[in-house]
This record gives sequence, C-alpha cells and structure tokens, in this order.
Amino acid sequence: MFRKLHEPTQTVTIHIGDVAVTAEAGETLAAVLLRQAEPWARVSPVSGAPRAPFCMMGVCFECLAEIEGLGAVQACLVQVSEGMRVRRLAERRELAQEVGS
Amino acid sequence: MGAQSSIADVIVIGAGTVGAAIAYGLARKGLRVTVLDGPDTDFRAARANFGLVWVQGKGQGKQQPMPAYQALSRRSSDLWPGFNAELTDLVGHDLGYERNGGLAFCLGEAELATRRAALQRLHNALGGDADWEMLDRPALEKLLPRIRLGPDVTGASFGRSDGHVNPLRLLAALHEALLRLGGALHAGHAVRKITGGSGGVRVETDAGCHAAARLVIAAGLGSAELARQVDLTIPLRPQRGQILVTERFAPFLPLPASGVRQTREGTVMIGATQEEVGFDTSTTVAAAAKLSARALRIVPALKSARIVRHWAGLRVMTPDSYPVYAQSTTRPGAFVALCHSGVTLAALHATVIADAVAAGSLPASLAMFHQGRFDVPQAA
Repeated sequence: MFRKLHEPTQTVTIHIGDVAVTAEAGETLAAVLLRQAEPWARVSPVSGAPRAPFCMMGVCFECLAEIEGLGAVQACLVQVSEGMRVRRLAERRELAQEVGS
Repeated sequence: MGAQSSIADVIVIGAGTVGAAIAYGLARKGLRVTVLDGPDTDFRAARANFGLVWVQGKGQGKQQPMPAYQALSRRSSDLWPGFNAELTDLVGHDLGYERNGGLAFCLGEAELATRRAALQRLHNALGGDADWEMLDRPALEKLLPRIRLGPDVTGASFGRSDGHVNPLRLLAALHEALLRLGGALHAGHAVRKITGGSGGVRVETDAGCHAAARLVIAAGLGSAELARQVDLTIPLRPQRGQILVTERFAPFLPLPASGVRQTREGTVMIGATQEEVGFDTSTTVAAAAKLSARALRIVPALKSARIVRHWAGLRVMTPDSYPVYAQSTTRPGAFVALCHSGVTLAALHATVIADAVAAGSLPASLAMFHQGRFDVPQAA
C-alpha cells in the first residue's frame, strides 16, 4: 500500500521476524512496517485483531512491537539501525503472572 | 455586552459531565436548552475522571457522615442501566458501561476491620438491604482467578451496585445526545454576568447574550463566582487527583476496584491521589511512586507493566465533600448543581435534577444538599 517516494541514498538491513528488510537509515520502524506486505505490528489484547501503525507520532499506541527483545515498544518513536531485530506481537499481551513464585 | 443571541427555556452554564447530563435530561423532556461552555483551557474534571459508577462507602465522610449521600448514589446507580441503554441507543455508540460490582481492596488486617466497621456504620444509619459484603482472601481469589494477589491483601469490600464506564465516551455521548434532541452547545462562551430579564434570567458571555426562564449553574470550580451573582454563597476548593494508565493487556480484572480498574480497551487505570495544592494540575513523580507502590501490593505482576500516561485533574470539592443542589431565593429560576462524582450521579442528574429544574423547584428529598448547610451562624 505504501511505498518510498525517493530512492534512499543510505540504507540499513533490519530483521522483521525471519525476514531481512532494507530500510532507509534514520526512518522510523513504523514507516518500514507500513511498507511491508503485512503492515501490522501487533494484535489487540482484547479482540485479538491485528493492528498497524496509525498516528505516527507517539500518541495512539497502535504500533507496538518487540524491538531488540523489549516488548511493546512504540515503533513510530524508534529509528531503524543496522541489524535491528523486530518481532510482531502475534499473541494477545497478557499481564505476566509469576505462577509458582 | 453583545446583542441577544438566543432565547431558550433553560440555560446551563458548564458542559462538563454534570452540566451535560442535566442539559441532556432537560432536552429529553422536550425543553429548549442552551449550554454555555468556557474555553478549552478551563479546569476540566470531566476529562480527567477515573470512570467509576460508585456506591460503596459514599457518604462515610472524613469529617461528618451523610447517609443521604449514600442513598443518593445508590439511587443513581440504580438509574444507570436505563440511562445507559437510552443514551447508547440515541447516539449509537457504546459507553463501556458495566455493573459487575466493585471492590475496595484491604491491605493488612487493620484495613479490613476499619473498612468493615465504616460500611456497617453507614448501613446502620440507613437501614434497608445491604448491597455490600466483606470478602476474605479465599473468596477474593475465587472471584479473581486470573490474578495472583499480593501477600498483604487480606480481603476486600464488595459492592453489588458498583460499576464503571468510559468517562470520555459518556461526556461525548451526552453532548451528542443534547444536539440530536435539538439543544445548543456553545464553546468559548465564558459567562461574565448574570442579570434578571423579563420572566427569567439573562446571561452575558464573551460572545453574546442569552436569555431563558431558568438557569443551571454547573460550572465546576468556576461556579462559586457565578453562584454569588444569584446570591448563593458556595465555598468550593480544588482537590487534585493524579491517575496512571498502563499499556493494554488481555482482560484479567473482571470488575473495577476503587484504585485499580481495567478498561474495556485493556489498559489498567491506577488512581487516585487526594491533594490540597490549589489550582495546580501538574503531575508529580512522588504521586506516581505512591500510586504504583499500592497497586503493586495488590497485583505484584503489574511491576512489568509499562505506564503510558500520567495525568492530574481537579475535583470540585465542597467543605464536607458532598454535592450541592440549590435554588436561588432572590432569582428563583436559577439553580446550582455541583459535585465531584459527576459520573456516578449522571443518571440522577439527567432525570431527578432535570425534572426539578423543569418543574421550577427542588424536591424536599434534596433539601439537605442545599448550600445553606455551610453557613456559619454569627457569634453572639
């Protein structure tokens, strides 16, 4: 649906799940996600429906993704960097219960 | 003083949850209603609300108990299901209203005993059926199978009449319903002066004049100055409440608690402080720490939750914390309605209070909510 209007001069490679993706240095992860065949970042913890970046300015919290092992980070506030590892939040987010502790 | 820009049956000053509910109730009765609201920069408790429709403990008061306030809250709680159904039907969107009961968690044996005694005192003063009970820890664990409670939780009081709602959706629905029923809502019309008019009241605003047979002052913390103009002296002060909200989680809390509730969208709201700091809506790290610490003693797993917002609002507080419903004697068409529980009392405001304004007098059942209770007799 979305595509770049210009050819980036400086690129980096990031990993979204198992897929290597080329991105422009300095752009936000949310922008990169929106250019993918599957633009979603997470599923709603209530309905389980997929959600994609929306406001692109840190307000709506729709673009949460796991970035470098940190869960539920706002992808629109993170600039991509070489080798960045990203995972979509495919499971409904649960409050972690330390069962047995 | 501008040209007269509208004539209505009733003017309501204030489009917060209190004013909007009364205005909606009046429009629903077929009256022509004009609501005058101030600028966006006004203090707006309606936009900082925690969202409880709450009954248990209401009226126990720190200084003096008022069982009538408990009865009033319960009456509104009983009106809420019908109010919600009608409003939802009219505007076509859900308010997130639920009435599954509510909890007040107790930490330690002393809190449990104090809570039980306080609710029993209120109940003894009122008589009637108990709509509350004390739950011990095993009963709580059964009620909340998806939560591992902290070790300090000894139990909770459970109020059957309690519930919760999305307060922003409620406010938006009241505004929309008012407009659909033919009412008018003017933002940026801060009221400067209230005078008499032929057969009623005349109001001057920053953007024109309005006249009506009746007037309702429901302008929150701005009401004291306006009420003085109809010869009612109402002592009011702001009380700050700070609230935290977390990221969204799959539903784990099936009913609200007095300081922790999970919203329909999955976020967890943690509140609220009671601070005497004047007209200051700043948030503080100290309050965030205090609120978080108590929430973690109840649900330790919240320690991994991310806080996404933190805000403060100012409650509209009277000296005894209870509402004011009053009618001016020098300008009999003018009423005042003030409280810090605009969400809980919204159903009552849209019916009982709207009916009273339409009828032109407050019922005897509300007499003890007159502001005259704050008048200090002159010392001899």
